[in-house]
Amino acid sequence: MTFESLVFDFFAAVLLWSAAMVVVIRNPVKAALFLVLAFVSAASIWMLAEAEFLAIVLVLVYVGAVMVLFLFVVMMIDVNLAALKQGFRAYLPLGGVVALLMVVEIALVVGPARFGLHKVPAPAPLPSHYDNTRALGTLLYTTYVYPFEIAAALLLVAIVAAIALTMRRRPETKYQDPSRQVNVRAQDRVRLVKMPAERRG
Amino acid sequence: MISLSDYLILAAILFAIGIVGVFLNRKNLVVLLMAIELILLAVNINFIAFSHFLWGITGQVFVFFILTVAAAESAIGLAILIVLFRNRGTINVDDFDTLKG
Repeated sequence: MTFESLVFDFFAAVLLWSAAMVVVIRNPVKAALFLVLAFVSAASIWMLAEAEFLAIVLVLVYVGAVMVLFLFVVMMIDVNLAALKQGFRAYLPLGGVVALLMVVEIALVVGPARFGLHKVPAPAPLPSHYDNTRALGTLLYTTYVYPFEIAAALLLVAIVAAIALTMRRRPETKYQDPSRQVNVRAQDRVRLVKMPAERRG
Repeated sequence: MISLSDYLILAAILFAIGIVGVFLNRKNLVVLLMAIELILLAVNINFIAFSHFLWGITGQVFVFFILTVAAAESAIGLAILIVLFRNRGTINVDDFDTLKG
């Protein structure tokens, strides 16, 4: 057992434990925090597989942006935990059986008999001057430049859609209209009225 | 040494945990979205492992695009969730039965 496989086993155990906690824990805030732990462990495993750029992207984009968005939403909405956990036990046996069957089936296909080290040998370690980010960027900006631009357009559409969905006009609230404020003139506001003086009493 | 099947079986177990999450949290829309994130993470681990063992960086490009689409998907999903909560006052999936499906 090499040091590398020890590290892999440790991060895999943390990943699976935190993923299991995500789906069984009651509190959605804690579930989001366990999902953060799962992403960080997965990033470490990707680092072991020599995908350094994507590991950093997973931490920056997923933990930094998407999970913070999840936490915002979870804390913003008021969740009735008791109602949401109804039927948790009722679905546990069915879900467990389905998951077990799925793992066994996939393990039969991808197990060591077909994808073990004697079938797919471990790749030689990359040379020290190899730059994962440079290799990925070279490929991304040449061969895959059109998919890359489509992905950028997709993100823009997602931003616009998310804002359009959640923004609402409230007609009842008072707000200032700066253009009307700037364009106002004195003669529109002040009206001088000439009228005869009146005697008091 | 770590073999390719280690990565693949790890991803399979993670995928199954995500499926169990969809089964167990059928009421809670937020945790449902988190379970989908777990499933996508399992798929990404598969891509990275194959890219590592088969000497092709194209798998990492694919993971890049999957991350992009997953981020867009979760942003829109959470936006829809907020609109639903604003209109119905709940995120219980059973209460969204207006269409009587």
